[in-house]
Amino acid sequence: MNEKQTDAARSWESLRKGHQSRPLEWLVERGIFLVSLSAIVMIFLIFAFVGREAWPVVAGKMNSSSVQTVIPVAEMDKQSPAELRAYLGLTKAKFDSMDLETRKLMMEIKVEADKEKPVDKDAPVNTTAWHYLFRPHAWTGYEKPSYIWQPISLIHKYNLVPLIIGSLKATLVALLFSVPLALAAAIYVSQLAPAWAKEWLKPAIELLAGIPSVVLGFFALIVMATVLQNVFGYESRLNAFVAGIALGLAIIPVVFSIAEDALTSVPRSYTQAALALGSSRWQAAWKIVLPAAIPGVFAAVVLGFGRAIGETMIVLMASGNASIVSGSFFDSTRTMTATIAAELAETVTGGHHYRILFLIGALLFIVTFAANFAGDMVMHRLKRKLEGKA
Amino acid sequence: MTVSEITLPKFKVDSARPGASAEEHSSRAPLIDLKNLSFYYGRSQALKDISFFIREKVVTAFIGPSGCGKSTLLRCLNRMNDLIDGVRVEGEMRIHGHDINSPEVDVIELRKRVGMVFQRSNPFPKSIHENIAYALRLQGVKDRSEIDGIVENSLRGAALWDEVKDRLHTSALGLSGGQQQRLCIARAIAIKPEIILMDEPASALDPLATAKIEELVLDLKRDYTIVIVTHNMQQAARISDYTAFFYLGELIEYDTTTKIFTNPAKKQTEDYVTGRFG
Amino acid sequence: MNTAQPPAIHPPGRHFRTDGFYAGSFFFTGLTGLATFLILAILAIILGNVVWEGWGSFSWRFLTGGTERDMFSVENAGVLPMILGTAARVILMTIFVIPIGVITAIYLTEYARSGSLWTRFIRGAVNNLAGVPSIVFGLFGLGFFIAFAGQNLDRMFHAGAEPHWGKPAILWASLTLAVMTLPVVIVATEESLKAIPSGLREASLALGATKLETIFKIVLPQALPGIMTGGILAVSRAAGEVAPILFTGAAYYMASLPKSFTDQFMDLGYHVFILSTQSPDIERTRPLLYATVLALLLLTFTLNIVAIFVRARMRRKMRAAH
Ligand SMILES: Nc1ncnc2c1ncn2[C@@H]1O[C@H](COP(=O)(O)OP(=O)(O)OP(=O)(O)O)[C@@H](O)[C@H]1O
Ligand SMILES: [Mg+2]
Repeated sequence: MNEKQTDAARSWESLRKGHQSRPLEWLVERGIFLVSLSAIVMIFLIFAFVGREAWPVVAGKMNSSSVQTVIPVAEMDKQSPAELRAYLGLTKAKFDSMDLETRKLMMEIKVEADKEKPVDKDAPVNTTAWHYLFRPHAWTGYEKPSYIWQPISLIHKYNLVPLIIGSLKATLVALLFSVPLALAAAIYVSQLAPAWAKEWLKPAIELLAGIPSVVLGFFALIVMATVLQNVFGYESRLNAFVAGIALGLAIIPVVFSIAEDALTSVPRSYTQAALALGSSRWQAAWKIVLPAAIPGVFAAVVLGFGRAIGETMIVLMASGNASIVSGSFFDSTRTMTATIAAELAETVTGGHHYRILFLIGALLFIVTFAANFAGDMVMHRLKRKLEGKA
Repeated sequence: MTVSEITLPKFKVDSARPGASAEEHSSRAPLIDLKNLSFYYGRSQALKDISFFIREKVVTAFIGPSGCGKSTLLRCLNRMNDLIDGVRVEGEMRIHGHDINSPEVDVIELRKRVGMVFQRSNPFPKSIHENIAYALRLQGVKDRSEIDGIVENSLRGAALWDEVKDRLHTSALGLSGGQQQRLCIARAIAIKPEIILMDEPASALDPLATAKIEELVLDLKRDYTIVIVTHNMQQAARISDYTAFFYLGELIEYDTTTKIFTNPAKKQTEDYVTGRFG
Repeated sequence: MNTAQPPAIHPPGRHFRTDGFYAGSFFFTGLTGLATFLILAILAIILGNVVWEGWGSFSWRFLTGGTERDMFSVENAGVLPMILGTAARVILMTIFVIPIGVITAIYLTEYARSGSLWTRFIRGAVNNLAGVPSIVFGLFGLGFFIAFAGQNLDRMFHAGAEPHWGKPAILWASLTLAVMTLPVVIVATEESLKAIPSGLREASLALGATKLETIFKIVLPQALPGIMTGGILAVSRAAGEVAPILFTGAAYYMASLPKSFTDQFMDLGYHVFILSTQSPDIERTRPLLYATVLALLLLTFTLNIVAIFVRARMRRKMRAAH
């Protein structure tokens, strides 16, 4: 007994080992922390690397002007070899293999060739300058200043306005179509439906989110476009309206989920109080629950907007892809996302077209980031408020 | 006796402090020594300047109205409160003379010596055998026959062996509430702690299962120092040797159970144990 | 605030008033119910249309053939290379995304202080990552994985003139998709970790287990269904995505199957796009197109249904546990 007691007491000495006793665990836990930063790192990397490819345009370092300043042959000696090589557009190996005479000959040919190029008053314009990206310009052959996206032509016209309008048009149709439907469904499922129906209605609607967007695009292109054209009788088969409706299908589950979430987070005591005062279920839903959840509905719309404006395959397949500025929803249109998807593969890596497409990507990233941020903030606030009151 | 010769010098037992006057079990050496212990959840203070000592191999009951800090104090004893964000401890808490609040103390080792049984039984969703074997493997016991032996012993120790010996490898969640709680006790004693903390271990059980747990506690005090929180006055009177009464985070009275229940020094204590408030 | 009052206190006219609104109630419930029904009807029409039109051309030869002879006719073309390509890229993706997603979720639920700035930062990033447009992921894959990581790898390890790393490949497509589906895995894992009663963690810690031991031996085994749900959802989301792989790995046509992770691949979703938009004779291609869409839907949709049911069961269990 005595012996045992002292042993027990003594064994407590070993307690004072402190945290150093498990270095491996400490290391693993540090590792867990570092990995947990992955999401932050990824957001940062996306911004940094999409931005990196777009940066020269933003900083005004790109020049798409198709006219170079002519270097007279006489002034050839004043140029450094590197400048000369760039001017002639030769590879280093080829340039180095030429003697002075050949180079002079090349210069003469180049000057002659430049003279024979068709003269366009817009040829010297650097179309990647901010002004040409966002303001209308009276290009050669156009009577009025216009917004033109025409990257593959003699003069590369990079006006982004048609694409932005296209994106907004499709998104607007999508929201007008999906928000009322999704919101009504959210009210029904969260407030009015019998309990047994709730159990399967929610997952069933969320199933819509499981349809890949390329399938929705396919359905819009092959089936919906024809049906809608027959019903409404408009001219161009693929247009902002068709694309918007298909886009709406894609964001219904988004809007529904968030709105339903907001509506169910309104404490049940609100409804019960209203019911006890003699109002009917729908009055309680309409006058008590919906107003309390209004910020959530707003968040649903904002997040739906972010999703719609960033969606690619549906609009690529169903919008017709003509980059025209028009107020009609039944005209063919081209969105920012579809433009990137359709054109990037054909660009020269590092060229102005390539960089402008990355600029569009960066704009999309910023817009959706802002939409998400706003939506999340609103949702967070709402939940805190409702929980505080509950 | 010899025991006190060894341990007492470390503890400088202050005769003015609560519990020191107790005659019964006074041969038992103090094991846990609390001095000016205060505890804060963020800004709100849950324990106020608590000083007393808990003797070894006896059952000490914590009683008091809900929210008075019994669980908080219990969870201080094996530093389970460390898991909560923003808590702060002040004062001293010694076991065998070692300050266990010190940041140098390895809480993992501490918890191996100070076991805990919770109010809601919480067996792992594994087999009965595995529930105990998990605890053993944490201790580094690897040998299968050794594990089987200890599993049997601890189940016997928790008076559960006869009921489950034929289904050791079925899920622990299939046991009744009382059996689950005894499994949790078996799990706690499998790793041979010195101290077992029990937070209302029988509050969710029917009278029959409660009686079994109480029997078990009386049985276990031969080998373990037990601290038990209970709301049931009869239970405290039946099974504990010492009782500490808390109110609003303060220790009101600490003495032998007989004294607390028959002749308390404070009016508040009397009111509480006789059921006049709380 | 007004709380429940016994009905007896109501003025006598009250009941009539409520009855008077019966029509309004009926109308409102009917309207919202109709919207719900409409959504489900659209879903049913899409699925029905695809199954109805696609089923007839869904043959063994279609599933095991390639596109060597003819890409656009249902008599000759098959989808095996696309199914293999899509499978390869999603499997590779899960290998990247699941560990990272699960570890992040572990940090968020087991370690992070719930209200701290860091945690809110991480959560904000996760939410935002979930909302980044898929085409932007494609640009990111091209700008980061191929133009930056790949070209630097080439510079360091690959001397030849032809790029080995710095070009579209299964590897880069998978990594891009892994970044995209990271939030899916994190959110699903987090949900399942939160569903585990804290009593289990306390029980383990009180036995002297370290936090890591508790996580690996008690918490994670319990969370496995949730982690699997996350994985399945990520796979089903990624399997149907086309935009992120347009520039990072998908090929219009390949004569043979990819041989390594640095090869390009043919993809089922991309193939749906090609068949819908590039066919010289859409009427002739239509049966093939429908069959291909059906194959894609079978792949993504069944996974989705499985995930939804596993998750619904988990939620019910969670509610029962609390
Ligand atoms: N995690 C926590 N965070 C903040 N405050 C807490 C926390 N846990 C307990 N408290 C507060 O500390 C005080 C003491 O709580 P404790 O759980 O110790 O009481 P108790 O005596 O065990 O009560 P009961 O008999 O109901 O179990 C209470 O006022 C309680 O509200
Ligand atoms: Mg308690």
